[in-house]
Amino acid sequence: MENSVLNIMDFSAYYNEKKVLGNINLDFEALNVTSILGPSGCGKTTLIRCINRMHELVPKTRIQGQVLLNGINLYSMQPEIVRKKIGMVFQNPNPFPNMSIYENVISGYNLNGIKLTNFEKDRIVEETLQKVALWDEVKSDLHDRGSDLSGGQQQRLCMARALAMEPEILLLDEPTSSLDPKAVKNIEKLIYELKKSVTIILVTHSIGQAARVSDFTAFLYHGELVEYGRTKTLFTSPGDKRTEEYLTGRFS
Amino acid sequence: MEKYRIYKNRLFSAVITILTVISIVPLIYILVLITMKGIGSINWDFFFNVPAPVGEGQGGISNAISGTFLLIILASFFSIPVGLLTGIFLSERAEGRFSYWVRVSADILQGIPSIVIGIIVYIWFVKQTGGFSALAGGISLAIMMLPVIIRTTQETLNLVPDSLKEASLALGVPYSITVLKVVIPAGISGIVTGILLSISRVIGEAAPLLFTAFGNPFMNMNIFKPVSAMPLIIFKYAISPFENWQNLAWGASFILIVFILVLNLFSKFVTEKWKTQF
Repeated sequence: MENSVLNIMDFSAYYNEKKVLGNINLDFEALNVTSILGPSGCGKTTLIRCINRMHELVPKTRIQGQVLLNGINLYSMQPEIVRKKIGMVFQNPNPFPNMSIYENVISGYNLNGIKLTNFEKDRIVEETLQKVALWDEVKSDLHDRGSDLSGGQQQRLCMARALAMEPEILLLDEPTSSLDPKAVKNIEKLIYELKKSVTIILVTHSIGQAARVSDFTAFLYHGELVEYGRTKTLFTSPGDKRTEEYLTGRFS
Repeated sequence: MEKYRIYKNRLFSAVITILTVISIVPLIYILVLITMKGIGSINWDFFFNVPAPVGEGQGGISNAISGTFLLIILASFFSIPVGLLTGIFLSERAEGRFSYWVRVSADILQGIPSIVIGIIVYIWFVKQTGGFSALAGGISLAIMMLPVIIRTTQETLNLVPDSLKEASLALGVPYSITVLKVVIPAGISGIVTGILLSISRVIGEAAPLLFTAFGNPFMNMNIFKPVSAMPLIIFKYAISPFENWQNLAWGASFILIVFILVLNLFSKFVTEKWKTQF
């Protein structure tokens, strides 16, 4: 592809010497949303955790192959630097419980010891909260605890926290799986807006969600990349029988 | 048949109530007795004077109060950093044989009689340094505080969800900073409570101090010299034949219990106020 920002090349991952991902080749288009779709246990979460090297927190994991960010192998960089460039939002909202909304947004700067003037802080907080469409809801109680917000608001706060670091890529690991339908709708709308400024990789098991928000879809099954292409193409004329079966709900 | 069952039920609840009352009677008796006997000796002199020689009035226990504070400060100075770091280690590296043995050792250490710890510190430290000292007393109390701090720190940090650590690491925050600035603040109430409880556990210990801090009839703030402590004064004066010394022992018991009560109430307050809701 012509404008790819992240390339996964001949990539395999092992847990306890058991292969969980085999021979993945994937290129992610800049400023697009790419869904990684597949049933539970197919390795999709492992795959994106390998992209920001969070898999290294789990002992007994081993990887093979390369992941290139703008042509540079991620595994030759320091993990802290990789994670600053590739932000992540998790399945369950996890704002820092003893920080206010305001502190949560700039926590990436504070925890990394990056000094900001109050003016810069205010600007970053307002801009990022605007970006995730949370500003109007919380602007009068920025100094309340982040964990007092509703689930959907907490998740948007976590997205703001990741976006405040101005990452090149945002990884979303089933970001709506613990939210109610209205909050899901808000987040999906948001994903669509956010791709103007950041490349998004979305892990989901929801076929509908992949269809609604993503430009590209990769279908993963049993640790294997079955099919990858434009969401429209993949959904209307899947090339592989397994993709077709999954999309039509014949297995899940 | 029905009546029999009702009687059985009543009998059972009566037994439970009576046993419950019996179990709190000693506690109330201790508190009332110590308050009654001890409160009479509390006055200005009691806090600001050293014990008077036999037959020369009552004097006070300022040497023991200051000594106890000195010992607690020394013991905290040694045990808090070591205990905290060990607790963090155990919670972060729960797997593995080394962690297992550290956990087992901490549990065994907790069960070692305090007098044995006193003797060990006597052999290791007092004999080597050539004399009883506040420092030796602080070390023996520190050894007693250690397992409590280690285990409460570890157990509190185990309750901090991994998702918080992940949130911080995913922002590119180094592991050490994540532990210091995210994990520990989230568990701070439990950690502080553990430290306070460990202090209240050792503040009343006389046995390990007999061989280490030894006691001192005079005011002393030099950590290399013997120092008095409230439990030591209670031990020594309660078995003395002189009434003015016995009164001092009652007064010291009363103050000691007030200290422990305050520590416990304060730790409850910390638990409530600083608690992090996950």
